[in-house]
Amino acid sequence: MRMQANSEFSGEPVPSGSAPIAVELSDASVTFGRGARAVPALSTTTLRIADGEFVALVGPSGCGKSTILRLVSGLVQPSTGVVIVGGREVAARAMRVGMAFQNPTMLPWMTIERNIMLPLKIVEPFRSQFRRLRKSQFRDKANALLEQVGLKGFGGRFPWQLSGGMLQRANLCRALIHEPRLLLLDEPFGALDQFTREELWSILQGLWMTHKPTVLLVTHDLREAGFLASRICVMSARPGRILDDSHVGFARPRTVAMTFEPDFVALNQKLRAMIVDARSAVQEGAV
Amino acid sequence: MTALDIRQKAWSAALIVLFFVAWELFCLMTGMSDLVLPRPSQVFVTLFERFPVLWPHIIQTLATTMFGFVLGVALGVVLGAFIGVSKTAYDTAYPLLIGFSSIPKVAVVPIFVLWFGSGTVPAVLTALSICFFPIVVNIATGLATTEPELEDVLKALGASKFDILWNVGLPRTMPFFFASLKVAISYAFVGAVLSETVASNRGIGNVMMTASSNFNVPLVFAGLFVLAGLGVALYVVFSLIEGQVTGWATRKNDVIAT
Repeated sequence: MRMQANSEFSGEPVPSGSAPIAVELSDASVTFGRGARAVPALSTTTLRIADGEFVALVGPSGCGKSTILRLVSGLVQPSTGVVIVGGREVAARAMRVGMAFQNPTMLPWMTIERNIMLPLKIVEPFRSQFRRLRKSQFRDKANALLEQVGLKGFGGRFPWQLSGGMLQRANLCRALIHEPRLLLLDEPFGALDQFTREELWSILQGLWMTHKPTVLLVTHDLREAGFLASRICVMSARPGRILDDSHVGFARPRTVAMTFEPDFVALNQKLRAMIVDARSAVQEGAV
Repeated sequence: MTALDIRQKAWSAALIVLFFVAWELFCLMTGMSDLVLPRPSQVFVTLFERFPVLWPHIIQTLATTMFGFVLGVALGVVLGAFIGVSKTAYDTAYPLLIGFSSIPKVAVVPIFVLWFGSGTVPAVLTALSICFFPIVVNIATGLATTEPELEDVLKALGASKFDILWNVGLPRTMPFFFASLKVAISYAFVGAVLSETVASNRGIGNVMMTASSNFNVPLVFAGLFVLAGLGVALYVVFSLIEGQVTGWATRKNDVIAT
């Protein structure tokens, strides 16, 4: 069964036609390994993401969601097709990408503040400024971000002094400190309890609404996708391809209470049904 | 320092004192000849009386140890960084390193003597060859255990291999590095004394050999005490440095609750 692509969903549609394209995958596919041991990770995929859009990728595990993320970040090269980010072919680096994974990977020998400032030591133009005078300005910037995620006053702590939820907030700050135009999130809240997760959704939504980067979020949590994204792409099982691409038009800022309203639940049901289909298709194929 | 720490230290000190008292009493009660096992009091007196004679030898042993240690650390860091950066290099070089490290270093001393004559050079080289291995392994392991996710985050930012090594890899190896320094300094010391014992006319190792051939057993034991003292002192110095530099790796208990 093939789902209809680009179906509109409840609420007002996101005006994606007008904004310039930030990320474009054209017939991109990825195969790991060669010859007999080749493993196809991503089938030929075409995906366009407009500047400032918040796109969530959902699908069964191992379906190539993370592969798309790695393609866009330039960590993986497409086997066929092209990936264009910020108008250049797989030169995500030129566009300033921020990344966050499930594991916050804070460096244990640095304070939270210095951890957050790490991208500034690497990305131009901050890199050259870092050596000169602007260290205190950068510190203010880090602390402003920390305040936004509710970690005011924690800049001087070490990572092991913080809980998992706090570390994940810091992780978001690190992904945003260099003002990326593209934010890539790979199940950033996967390891957190539900209440912390819901709290962080609101924080992430707030950050997105103030900074307006293009966001590509990989998640297993359909409520998370519905809460955060302006567009949700459902992927098939490995080797993945995009089965469905829906706009999510709920008004912002969205609230957790909203996720229990009928429209939202219906969206959730629809997504869930598609993923269950995608999973069973593979299991039948395997028999 | 808590009361518990102090009590722990008091017990440790008491055990050391008890050891010497028991030894002294054992010798007195059994009427042990000081040609076989001198009493600790005799050893300390000898140590005190002969100290001016022993001093240059102490300096010699310390100097060869430190020299060999510094060279060993330099070599170890370079090799370890080289091996740790690449998985392939790690897997390829490891068997050779294991082979080299499992050679008993006494067996190497005659070769060094053959090449460089007896004296300071073989002692330095023995110290070097015995102490560089733990450094190599620890640096390589520290570098090899960098989290792949963090590496991805930095690579996506456009970080070069050197950026990652400098900002993440090397700081991460520091606890491994300083832990290995502690081990390496002890090894270097063993290596230096070993070589002095076999082929040298200076150093504590040589003093002990000469004294034992003259049946000056208290002096042999005095040498032993000096070695124990030096070994402990070197270990303590590097433990303190380790604590200062890599305090972050030893977690404290004041974690903030969620």
